[in-house]
Amino acid sequence: MAPSTVSVLIPCLVDQVYPEMGWAMVAVLRRLGYGVDYRRGQTCCGQPAFNAGHWGEARRVAGHCLEVFRGAERVVCPSGSCTAMLREFYAELFAGDAREAEAAALAGRVEEFSEFLLREGAAGRLGARLPGRLGFHNSCHSRRELGQRDESRRVLEQLEDCEVVEPAGEPDCCGFGGLFSVKFAGIAGAMAQSRLARFHELGVARLAVNDPGCILHLRQEAERAGLGLEIRHVAEWVAEALGVGAAPGAGAER
Amino acid sequence: MTARLREFRRAADERAADLVHRERIARVMSKSNAASETMKVRQFGDWERARRLAGQIKRHVLANLPDLLEEFERHATARGVEVLWAADAGEARALLLGLARRFQIEIAVKSKSMTTEEIELNAALEAAGIEVLESDLGELIVQLAGTRPYHIVGPAIHLTRAEIAELFHRKLGTAPGAGAEELTLAARDLLRRKFAAAGLGITGANFLLADAGAITVVENEGNARLTMAMPRVHVAIAGIEKVLPRLADLALFLPLLASSGTGQQLTCYNTLARGPRTAGEPDGPEHMAVILLDNGRTTLYARPAVRQALRCIRCGACLNVCPVYRSIGGYTYGTVYSGPIGAVITPHLEEQGRWEHLSQASSLCGACSAACPVDIDLHRLLLENRRRATAERKEGWFWAAALRAWAWVFSRRGRLDRLRGVGRLVRAAAPGRARVPRLAPRSFAQMWSDREQS
Repeated sequence: MAPSTVSVLIPCLVDQVYPEMGWAMVAVLRRLGYGVDYRRGQTCCGQPAFNAGHWGEARRVAGHCLEVFRGAERVVCPSGSCTAMLREFYAELFAGDAREAEAAALAGRVEEFSEFLLREGAAGRLGARLPGRLGFHNSCHSRRELGQRDESRRVLEQLEDCEVVEPAGEPDCCGFGGLFSVKFAGIAGAMAQSRLARFHELGVARLAVNDPGCILHLRQEAERAGLGLEIRHVAEWVAEALGVGAAPGAGAER
Repeated sequence: MTARLREFRRAADERAADLVHRERIARVMSKSNAASETMKVRQFGDWERARRLAGQIKRHVLANLPDLLEEFERHATARGVEVLWAADAGEARALLLGLARRFQIEIAVKSKSMTTEEIELNAALEAAGIEVLESDLGELIVQLAGTRPYHIVGPAIHLTRAEIAELFHRKLGTAPGAGAEELTLAARDLLRRKFAAAGLGITGANFLLADAGAITVVENEGNARLTMAMPRVHVAIAGIEKVLPRLADLALFLPLLASSGTGQQLTCYNTLARGPRTAGEPDGPEHMAVILLDNGRTTLYARPAVRQALRCIRCGACLNVCPVYRSIGGYTYGTVYSGPIGAVITPHLEEQGRWEHLSQASSLCGACSAACPVDIDLHRLLLENRRRATAERKEGWFWAAALRAWAWVFSRRGRLDRLRGVGRLVRAAAPGRARVPRLAPRSFAQMWSDREQS
């Protein structure tokens, strides 16, 4: 199937804090030949309020998201968590609401970045090289809500000379959990430290993560612990291998 | 913020920062999780199917709970078991003390049972002048230490051998620094004497079998079997959700419980009891009673959104895989049932207790739901508890106000663009700013607009 145009859902955390992750995804998609449709009105999927139990507020913001992506054929998102919100949780959030059918339709059209690349067979066309060891942390929402086993890992393994490593056993949560890490910072911090310790044992200096929320939390705790660990989004590592991406102004594109 | 939440946060922060504790619990848990993973595959092949089937059977149980309990009562009564119903902890204690008086009990032995923890039975027995001794080694340790079970399956997993040696030295007079064998023998010696002297044996029940009118107790030490068989009177206390339709269901549930709980193929002792000693039998109790305990379970039952929590078989797997439990340990919860299942059920079992904050203390990572052998969607139930707490305005004004403001801003892109400058200023001035991410100089959206215009 010939590459076409995809809409991108930029998570609020990427929009406001880490725009470079969004640009990395956009650059990779463009390099692979996709047209990118960014809908300027988008804000957030509504998950912060949903997970806090404030469903009225969540519906208000999620309703805005439905409006923004009305008519979008295919939506790609660099977060397993936001993808899960649309795909798995909107059904419950909008159950019995006038927008229920619209929510279900959007749920069927959204994919997490790595899933999209694999389904499209695009990961095999990357043809790029990223030498060395790269740790990989799979987000809980990718793993357990979207049912991904190793999608992001398989994308990274398409990069030549890239040795992707993960700690043995069922992957543990990094401790982010949205407002959880604000309300219970002590617990969330301990969880991140436990998780980071596993990567430290593996001796990796670079870590790929498929969710900006995990990245925010892991970076904070890695810094606090004085670990010299470079933690970046899967899309950023792929963009680096391709020699594209970075935010505009940083040069690589245009 | 309730006093309970304050205390929880304080204890959680303290425990979470305790690296020795974290290391210790992580070691115990990773060993048991690895054993459990291996056993699930070895024993079931398709573990997912096994747990879905178990979930289905429990779903059937809940759909027919009153009938199955009456069936159990009918069959058990026919074999001479006295079946008693307790609406709450107070009634259960009164029923048990009544039995103790009737049979003039002075000494009781008790096997491991979370239900008896729930009704705080030991304190009630002691207040009535009845000596009670825990017969499970882990329970005995926490009884001697004057504390509660740390974990629903492993009551003393938080203690090292050295700490137990010190405790036994003080309480039982063993040599200082005694080894594991010596400690076990000291406990065994004490227990054997009590088994012989006790008039009452108290157990829980892992399963109540409706068609057989029997109870099942699983264990690894043989102490529960002695507790049931040696004293003149045996009383089992079980939650009403413990019923299974058929004796044959044990073929699935015994290996399921063992592989999830302890990573064993089967626990070492799996005992069925279906009545007192009958004519011609050389041993067994003269009298057997089963107390069926509600104590808030019908509240859970009456709430369809959380009813599935009553499928729980108390295997402890959700505690073992929970990164929160492993960070804060069992005591921090302040509840009888800790970990994800404790956070899910306690606010319903103890409605006036204000335990909602436990459902907030989770990243909703879903490890508990993935591990549950009866397919309880635990993390979604935590979310449901949060939704309920919000709807009942139990959460306090701060988050309600903050999320309303958030929804106002994030439901219009224009508002977000205009206000992010304010957000940057607020962050720069905020006292806790290290925890708040620094906003990028320009948002992705603004950068996109810049590029479109260039």
